[in-house]
Amino acid sequence: MISLTSDIRTPWHGVAAGPKLLALCLWTLALSYAGTVPAALEACVVVVMLYAVGGWAFMRQGLRLLKPLWFFAAIVGGWHVVTGEITQGLVIILRLGAAIGSANLVTLTTRLDKMLAVIERCLAVLRVPLIARRRLALAVGLVIRFTPVLAQKGTALATAWRARSPRRPGWRLMVPFALTALDDADRVADAIKARGGA
Amino acid sequence: MERNITLIALFAALIAALGLVPKFDLASGVPITAQSMGFMLAGAVLGAKRGALAALLFLGLVALGLPLLAGGRGGLGVFAGPTVGFLIGFPVAAYVTGLFAQGWAEKGGFILPALAAIIGGVIVLYVFGIAGFALVTGKGIAASTSIMAVFIPGDLIKAVLAGLITQALRKARPDLAAA
Repeated sequence: MISLTSDIRTPWHGVAAGPKLLALCLWTLALSYAGTVPAALEACVVVVMLYAVGGWAFMRQGLRLLKPLWFFAAIVGGWHVVTGEITQGLVIILRLGAAIGSANLVTLTTRLDKMLAVIERCLAVLRVPLIARRRLALAVGLVIRFTPVLAQKGTALATAWRARSPRRPGWRLMVPFALTALDDADRVADAIKARGGA
Repeated sequence: MERNITLIALFAALIAALGLVPKFDLASGVPITAQSMGFMLAGAVLGAKRGALAALLFLGLVALGLPLLAGGRGGLGVFAGPTVGFLIGFPVAAYVTGLFAQGWAEKGGFILPALAAIIGGVIVLYVFGIAGFALVTGKGIAASTSIMAVFIPGDLIKAVLAGLITQALRKARPDLAAA
């Protein structure tokens, strides 16, 4: 499965996941106090500089991940233009950009296994029993393994539909698709039981 | 126990796969993504607890950096965005949908599971979604509601479809509720 972690090596990749996540929490909290345009703009400049450490290609990758923000920036911006509160709209959009950009930076520079290790440590600190942690790890592994399998089966169902109908696949395809997942769950449960259980 | 784990994991995988497979068309020819319907189905088919756990597992993997949301989105950034309320609301929506759907399971038909999906997957979900949007963008509840209102008709259609699909799945696998 493709992860969002960047292949472009940056100094941030070397920083441990725990401190990065803690810094992100504190930074996001601090951003809520950036209530003026200069303060929100400064926050954005800081985020851009953090990306700049990784080089141009890395900055472009970060910008691509911000794509969904444009839609909301247009809605929020348009709304504030209509209500005449342009400054407030600008602060909100800049603050959102800084918050999402910094969160994406952590995602881009932290591998999935490092993130999972942090979760594992947190659960251990919270004294979650070992068996429950193992079950969680098993469930995570199953989702990662079966998402592409189910996507492939869904695409095959859609292809089979198209072979028999001139129309595009309808919602009725969801029934065999969900049944595939339910039947796979039964088979995998039997296989796990046969290997000693979870 | 094994079956509970695999049902939760496979349904989380199904929600993820619904974001990856091509969109499907309504009778009117309008294409819609099925991922948000996946959360309603998780509650209606697996029940309150397992449905909510499947939604939580899916969101956990999105937060860890997997691009599982429709359109290949994922990572911590989506939790800092204006749709964070919907993300937090998904497990609750699945739980509430499951709670009602389980309670009405013996009565059969598609109307009651569809109603459960409307209560959980539309009403409860939009309470979270609108509150999250208002909080992140600093807009009032009224302004946020009017911005979000355009998405409600599509989700109502998905809730009715979730009811029809749940009915068909219960007929195909009558032992599902007892699993």
